[in-house]
Amino acid sequence: MSGRRIFVPRDAAALSVGAEAVAKAVLDSGADLTLTRTGTRGLLWLEPLLEIEIDGRRIGFGPVRAADVPDILAQGAAHPLCLGPVEDIPYLKSQQRLTFARCGVTDPLSLGDYTAQGGLKGLTRALTLTPAAIVEEVTQSGLRGRGGAGFPTGIKWNTVLHAEASQKYIVCNADEGDSGTFADRILMEGDPFLLIEGMAIAGLAVGATKGYIYLRSEYPHAFRTLTQAIEIARAGGVLGADVMGSGTAFDMEVRLGAGAYICGEETSLLESLEGRRGQVRFKPPLPAIEGLFGKPTVINNVLSLAAVPTVLAEGAEYYRNFGTGRSRGTMPIQLGGNVKRGGLIERAFGLSLREIVEDYGGGTLTGRPVHAAQVGGPLGAYWPSSLFDTPLDYEAFAAKGGMVGHGGVVVFDDTVDMAQQARFAFEFCAIESCGKCTPCRIGSTRGVETMDRVIAGDGAALGLVRDLCTVMQDGSLCALGGLTHMPVLSALDNFPEDFPGAARDAAE
Amino acid sequence: MKHPAPHSDAFDADACRGIAQGLAHLEGALLPILHAVQDRFGYVDDAALPVIAEVLNLSRAEVHGVVTFYHDFRREPAHRHVVKVCRAEACQALGGERLYDEVRRACEHGGDVTVEAVYCLGNCALSPAALIDGDLHGRLDAARTLDLVAGK
Repeated sequence: MSGRRIFVPRDAAALSVGAEAVAKAVLDSGADLTLTRTGTRGLLWLEPLLEIEIDGRRIGFGPVRAADVPDILAQGAAHPLCLGPVEDIPYLKSQQRLTFARCGVTDPLSLGDYTAQGGLKGLTRALTLTPAAIVEEVTQSGLRGRGGAGFPTGIKWNTVLHAEASQKYIVCNADEGDSGTFADRILMEGDPFLLIEGMAIAGLAVGATKGYIYLRSEYPHAFRTLTQAIEIARAGGVLGADVMGSGTAFDMEVRLGAGAYICGEETSLLESLEGRRGQVRFKPPLPAIEGLFGKPTVINNVLSLAAVPTVLAEGAEYYRNFGTGRSRGTMPIQLGGNVKRGGLIERAFGLSLREIVEDYGGGTLTGRPVHAAQVGGPLGAYWPSSLFDTPLDYEAFAAKGGMVGHGGVVVFDDTVDMAQQARFAFEFCAIESCGKCTPCRIGSTRGVETMDRVIAGDGAALGLVRDLCTVMQDGSLCALGGLTHMPVLSALDNFPEDFPGAARDAAE
Repeated sequence: MKHPAPHSDAFDADACRGIAQGLAHLEGALLPILHAVQDRFGYVDDAALPVIAEVLNLSRAEVHGVVTFYHDFRREPAHRHVVKVCRAEACQALGGERLYDEVRRACEHGGDVTVEAVYCLGNCALSPAALIDGDLHGRLDAARTLDLVAGK
């Protein structure tokens, strides 16, 4: 290694705005330097973000075009695109990065970097504990499923631990289909060993020897990174017949989905992994009892599994000291849509939506007033700015008719037509419904038709929209049909001015 | 990082059988096989279904059901270029629907480009986004998208 150290991300978002050309310009400059490709820091409005190590500190420049590179290399900190030390940028400095501590910092495929920066501490400690003690640690941490449902992770693991079976599985739900979410992708591309370590710990905890990552096919970059990282981990003795010399086996592979949103629902995902149509299963039996191939299965979201190494390395107490109420630890929030400074914000639960949208986001990209934010993906509620002081907390959000979900926050300016957004919620449900239950399969299509009547001026149809929402909420098998009412009714109730005839609907 | 455009080699039942047999040992092998067949031929030909069914000892109906369930699997070859424009909410907030309509209209005639809707590419902070011949792009408008398709 020689010369100055330069860092350029190869995260898909950074690549989408030209990071590859920037990296090429760095290499073509002929300067004496070492280029490291990293994940992203998550300051996405600054991508491509180039970093130069100067006097032991990483100095950032961004957003950089390839044409800027020669001048940046020549002028260093004097260049107008210089942002100062990256860790001092307020957006990043104010965060509490537990899960994303290494993202954007290290080479995602260097197991040496990973270990040098605190990686494998959790797995090393887990190997000294009994399975029950690992599960207890996770339970005590207060970690709840980060995929959206918020179910306590330790309780799920405990069920699998006590299930008797010849084979158990760990399945990672990496079918991050919610619009507005990208934390799973950033983590898998930027620090894949953390997910691998989390899954290995889960395997030790419940007695599973095989893991699958079910990854959506829309993430080709993450697929390549994960596939390579698993091979490197296997060669490094982290995976395989003898995990870190313990004599315990755990191995894993990545499987690609095929463009079905419903496969983010855990039982559909299992069907898909088994090679079938991704149709929802009836519960019970729970996947923890009869999951993949009928065997007891831990199925967790990427972020839940990636939080586990921190819990084991630093202890349950350390993790649960972040957060508020029954929402413990940190939540990686993803800020996108029409927003000036979109990106990843990992903070303890409890900050308000206003801090996210206004302080971090800086308002809309178009410069128009913020009109609404949808939180928690396509099945999450649309929030008016009058409710932006709600703290991010599973229970506080539920009390206001919304949900935290997977932590996506999508901002809209005042040109949005909320009746169209309500219509889209039904349309999306119709496109992605697995077809197994009638309320979702038929209700979503009737919803689109009924919203068309509303938009055409038939205010009386709003009563039907509400009825449909009730039927779908109460009668659907899973959250797709069961939560479509949330974007629809939050749009209607919070933004009635966009719905012709809504005033009369309220009066009736 | 340029990926080859999806190609459509003439379907070859023997090659398809080879792909299926090579992956049949996997747990839940059908999706990996269908992906591999589509990677090889650019689509899943009707004639592939009985071949795969035989290798996996499934009914043709089961294979047909799976192929038709998932949006990814094509039943006929795509054009030389494939543009997948995001139609989900974060991109809608910055004109994603308009982008989708404009690109689709611009590519209607000419037969060189397949335009498809996709629901979220995980690039929601740099909307509107599209996947152009396998490469992710952000902050797009129709003109830039068409330039990228043309290799400019």
